Amino acid sequence: MSKHHVSATVNGDPVEYLCDPRETLLDCLRDHLGVMGVKEGCGTGDCGACSVTVDGRLVCSCLVLGVEAEGAEIGTVEGMGTEGNLHVLQEKFIEHAALQCGICTPGILVAAEALLKKNPDPSETELRYWLAGNLCRCTGYDKIIRAVMDAAADMREAS
Amino acid sequence: MALDSGKPKFKYIGTRPNRPDGLDKVTGRARYGADISAPGMLHGAILRSPHAHAKILKIDASKALALKGVKAVVTRADFADGLSGEDWNIQENCMAGEKALYDGHAVAAVAATSALIARDAIKLIDVDYEPLPHVTDVDAAMAEGAPVIRDGAADYSVPEGLHPNVVRYFESGRGDLDEGFAKADLVLKRHYTTEAAHQGYIEPHACLAQLGADGKGELWCCTQGHWYVRQMCAAALGLEVSQLKVTPSEIGGGFGGKTTVFIDPVALALSRKAGGKPVKLVMSRSEVLRATGPTASASMDIKMGMTKDGKITAASGTYRMQGGAFPGAPVDETTVLAFANYNIEHVHHVGYDVMSNRPKQAAYRAPGAPMAAFGTESIIDEMATQLGLDPLEIRLKNAVKEGVRATYGPKFPAVGLIETLEAAQSHDNYAVPLGPNQGRGVASGFWLNWGGDTSASVAISEDGTVAVTVGTPDIGGSRASMALMAAEAFGIPYENVRVHIGDTASLGINEPTHGSRATYASGLAVIQSAKECIQKLSKRAAEAWGIDPDAVIWEDGFARPSGPNAGEFEPMSIAEIAGNMSSSGGPISGHFEASPETYGGSFGTHVVDVEVDPETGRTTVLRYLVVQDAGKAIHPSYVEGQFQGGAAQGIGWALNEEYIYGEDGRLQNPIFLDYRVPVASDLPMIDTVIVEVPNPGHPYGVRGVGETGITPPLPAIANAIAAATGVRFTKLPLTPPRVLAGIKAAKNA
Repeated sequence: MSKHHVSATVNGDPVEYLCDPRETLLDCLRDHLGVMGVKEGCGTGDCGACSVTVDGRLVCSCLVLGVEAEGAEIGTVEGMGTEGNLHVLQEKFIEHAALQCGICTPGILVAAEALLKKNPDPSETELRYWLAGNLCRCTGYDKIIRAVMDAAADMREAS
Repeated sequence: MALDSGKPKFKYIGTRPNRPDGLDKVTGRARYGADISAPGMLHGAILRSPHAHAKILKIDASKALALKGVKAVVTRADFADGLSGEDWNIQENCMAGEKALYDGHAVAAVAATSALIARDAIKLIDVDYEPLPHVTDVDAAMAEGAPVIRDGAADYSVPEGLHPNVVRYFESGRGDLDEGFAKADLVLKRHYTTEAAHQGYIEPHACLAQLGADGKGELWCCTQGHWYVRQMCAAALGLEVSQLKVTPSEIGGGFGGKTTVFIDPVALALSRKAGGKPVKLVMSRSEVLRATGPTASASMDIKMGMTKDGKITAASGTYRMQGGAFPGAPVDETTVLAFANYNIEHVHHVGYDVMSNRPKQAAYRAPGAPMAAFGTESIIDEMATQLGLDPLEIRLKNAVKEGVRATYGPKFPAVGLIETLEAAQSHDNYAVPLGPNQGRGVASGFWLNWGGDTSASVAISEDGTVAVTVGTPDIGGSRASMALMAAEAFGIPYENVRVHIGDTASLGINEPTHGSRATYASGLAVIQSAKECIQKLSKRAAEAWGIDPDAVIWEDGFARPSGPNAGEFEPMSIAEIAGNMSSSGGPISGHFEASPETYGGSFGTHVVDVEVDPETGRTTVLRYLVVQDAGKAIHPSYVEGQFQGGAAQGIGWALNEEYIYGEDGRLQNPIFLDYRVPVASDLPMIDTVIVEVPNPGHPYGVRGVGETGITPPLPAIANAIAAATGVRFTKLPLTPPRVLAGIKAAKNA
């Protein structure tokens, strides 16, 4: 099957890749571009470990085809913060011990950042429903919810 | 809240520093099983049986091999011959031999130049199956006439006359049941069932394998225990164990399910067949659900006698555990732990390990204990209700403590069950008023914990910082606890310690991160290794000062002269001694190699409030409290995390999670949409109380905390639902349809 040429940006940087029409955006990010912070937990859009933003919209990259990303701006955990200049959410996840194994963490960070852009002051219930598409099997979500609420409070104060 | 033990205060232990691998894990930099590649790498894919039970008559891979890009196809013929026991079971589970034993059982595998070609290729493999009758229910599998999974699989323990699917029998007890029941004012008998639940780690199994014709290989994989992986793979492939080096990746959850192998031997076999090229093999989620884990399901008959003031006079239990198509259901643990919380004079347990056409069960957090707790803690709760007694008081009345002989034999050392019950009793959650359709449930649980083979190494660097190498993969923050214990032992800052997870070539053998053993056993190993280093550091200082090594003490990272004849010398720092290491006698390091057995068990008590919607049968968890004995919490945040995670998994098992098989013997819910683990909106905050009754067998008092937390939730939730609805449920999970049907049946009765 012939491959398609795709041009896009990932975390602000221009990228190009050739992809099989059957490959997902998740496959392309990981296998063609080496963006390994994006994780595959299910491949069916149920776990959220592959959460990215496409043109600002939160999506499961396993439910987007690689060819659909032509011209898109893709955001992943790698674009959230840099070492020494972490995003508040990243700092709060470490501080609150909001991760154990850490495999769901990149997806949850991306999803939480997308929420706080839309709603800087979510209630605990709003946050829990927003993150209902991101499975964590280690933490019982308690410390994740606390970390995001704390980050949101800090971000409101700083803005 | 920590109940003060009155033991010496610590400088680093009990603080909450950032975990050393935090930065890697919030930036996407941490490398998990599927995250690395190698030059010339091939991609693997596995063909799996669509039948629950079938003879494999013929496998024709010629069309697959003709596909461009396909480099190798393997079947069982490409693995070692002549294995027996668990080695054979594991090999057979990784790749079927004469029969496919369950839906999803591997029958062949392909390596190709891309993952897409590999997936296309497995569809081109023709397998002739002869379907056989199947059974996927534990009680049906023991009944006369049930299809035999494998004749001759039973071990010496099974009495004559039982179905060949019963492969292990376990019986233990003490006292005289008749006498005990005769003393009771109330005797109750109930039948309980729990369903198979999957560990549900978010990272599917993944590995990168390379094996040459010379029998030398390397494997990168996500695992809880790479020495286990090495041994299992070497056996399955007929290799010398030391010729295989296994490096653990970061691990995206395990909960027991990654203490064994499923794909690693297959990837190695593919690599060997493909001329030694590296092969990456990654499972899909449906492969994970169909062919790895889950825990055993259970069918149980419990009988208990109680006086009207709540003293348990006798208890008996029969436990039928379904371990899938292989022996190994945790029947010993289930029976041994069934009544272990309580001081019962007359007690008897019988357990059956039963095979069926389901995947080979794998360990899942406190394997066997949650099922047993569901029976015991449910029946106690029902008796408390009938007798009008407080459920915590009834447990306090019967709770074990130091010096009591356990129902499984030995006398308990210091344990914290009573302390957890008292802390639960005095917690605010226990006094919150409840509204209509709401109910409160309590339950206690226990896990023995484990020590096991443990090797560790601690090396002093030239600048006086410390490199710690342990063999237990860090699943939930154990690097932080190792670094804290090393910092405490040396009296140096936490930041001056770097903790590594060594590969199989860098340490002696290690058991996996299982049995709640990492912080206990690897921690003990790190502390002992540090002490050896301190002895050597002190000796170097003594030699520099020209005094007796016995006249040197170690304090806060410094060697100091001590005692009347030591003389006056400026204390020497670890950095100073380390800086002169080469000229003062060479490298300084410490080691530990042993199998420590002084693990202390951990008890916990949970209190949960639920609301049940009488229209839909849906249960909402309103508040949840975990109280558990940690001995000593090294990093309290990660101890709380274990408590909360265990509770959440138990809540899922109680309310939603189950393996659903169709009439055709195929798994009907092999994706996360249908195998529904708790999501953020299903749960409230999970409150925690860390009780600290120090383990006398650990230098800092540590008890493992990982597993106990999944034990109480099954009965605690069921007890809360009983309180909310007035209906007692004895079958899990308590899905809305089941609860609604129970409420309706009670109304019509």
